[in-house]
Amino acid sequence: MNLKLKALSKSIWVFHVSAGSCNNCDIEILDLFCPRFDVERFGIQLVGSVRHADALVITGAMNRKSVPRMKRIYEQAPKPCVVIAVGQCALSRHMFRYSYNVCEPLDKILPVDLYIPGCPPKPEAMIDGIVKLVNKIRGIKK
Amino acid sequence: MSHKVIVPIGPYHPLQEEPEFFQLYVEGEKVVDIDIIIGYNHRGIEKLAESKHFDQVPYLVERICGICSSSHPYAYVLAVEDLFGGEKNVVPERALYIRTIIDELQRIHSHLLWLGLAGHFIGYNTVWMWAWKYREPVLDCFEMVTGNRNNYAMYKVGGVRRDIKDEDIPVLKKTLDELVPALDMFKGAVMDDPVIQARLKKIGVLTRQQVIDWCVVGPTARASGVNIDIRRDEPYGVADRIDWNVIVEKEGDIFAKTVVRIMEMYESVSMIRQSLEKLPRGEIDSNIKDIPPGEGIGRVEAPRGECIHYIKSDGTNRPIRHKIRAPSFMNVASDKVAAVGGTISDATITLAAVDPCYCCTERVTVLEKSTNKKILNGWDLIRLSQEKTQKLKEGLGV
Repeated sequence: MNLKLKALSKSIWVFHVSAGSCNNCDIEILDLFCPRFDVERFGIQLVGSVRHADALVITGAMNRKSVPRMKRIYEQAPKPCVVIAVGQCALSRHMFRYSYNVCEPLDKILPVDLYIPGCPPKPEAMIDGIVKLVNKIRGIKK
Repeated sequence: MSHKVIVPIGPYHPLQEEPEFFQLYVEGEKVVDIDIIIGYNHRGIEKLAESKHFDQVPYLVERICGICSSSHPYAYVLAVEDLFGGEKNVVPERALYIRTIIDELQRIHSHLLWLGLAGHFIGYNTVWMWAWKYREPVLDCFEMVTGNRNNYAMYKVGGVRRDIKDEDIPVLKKTLDELVPALDMFKGAVMDDPVIQARLKKIGVLTRQQVIDWCVVGPTARASGVNIDIRRDEPYGVADRIDWNVIVEKEGDIFAKTVVRIMEMYESVSMIRQSLEKLPRGEIDSNIKDIPPGEGIGRVEAPRGECIHYIKSDGTNRPIRHKIRAPSFMNVASDKVAAVGGTISDATITLAAVDPCYCCTERVTVLEKSTNKKILNGWDLIRLSQEKTQKLKEGLGV
């Protein structure tokens, strides 16, 4: 396995971007770092700058104003960078699909590695998704 | 000699969950001006609502904001029920009580969330962790009653979608009993801690006059001595049948806003307890089929303040106009007076003190790209036309 990928599978540092969501996915993501779910015990940590991040967690349906910003954020992230789409809006634009201001779904704009559906997904679902992702990076098949 | 520096915060900044863009103009340590740029979150919900059936709209407006996802659908169903002459004409008794229970549970969860974030902003990460820890049982109650932790889907024109089962009521009561000692702890921690007092008192002060001038609503206004609360002024649900108090503080600083929010959680606990005691038996839905034509307004006291929905119906199965005004739209503007004049280290907590919710507030203006001018809408064209007639009249001396 590639050394960079091996490092990525150990303790993932996460930068959280809300690209026009309703806050629900965002507070559930923050909930992951709070006492009940506490993913910091796995080494997963929220970081303040995208330049330190191993993974981008993106929520929400992107609109015309946020798409260029999102592309810039992805360019600033060190590669290899994992992109995780959380919530139905990031996956398929949900019920904002026919809105005049909402653009294409996230995977048409950035390469998405992990999809976590739900409105909002439960924190358990997010932990499950991250475990599957780490297993995939390590090449473990289940 | 002054040297003005712009400190940009955002649009994607770890300080905020939501995308918004603050520009702080600072001279030395002092904030001299502030500019708030929004629009990164605009999804066109009002327009989408016009393409949905009356029963589908609560599902949509619930997703305006994830934290007040009971207030928006509640205000919407109140607006539609206004067409029938008011909530109490069409909604069964039991549904009224269930609505109030869900609305007040949401207030507790929202205020605990704010308390945690405020603690995080001033460097008390323990407060953050503890507040969010005690918020979890409230979310469990939601999951038990409504089936989801955050989007409840409880409101429906003419009633509620799900009943509170008899076996759920002892669990709800037990959760509230366990929540009160935690609230006592937070109250003690905030009231007695000299550091928190030094940090929050006389910071970000909004005077009573400023609150009235800037049309501030909700706990932010009540912390400055303005006694407004929609639950009392225009009662909905069963707010007029149970005993509770409007919490008002005089100081107007961030400490007062914190105290108002903590004390409101006690009131919400008491409101839920009384509603559970009085919960009558019976129907939960009146099965409304047709919506009459007309205009309706729904007002709800969301955790952040007054939330207004306006509905215009022409007798078909869709609203022809849906207008939403969320409380943060009024509150965020008051940052201009609250944050200016303070130091830059106080700016974060001052900006957070109104409990801003930008996904409720989003507005959009369309500009012509080459000239940076506003694109004219129908009313502007009519105004231009009328002005030209006026000018011609003056020229002709008519």
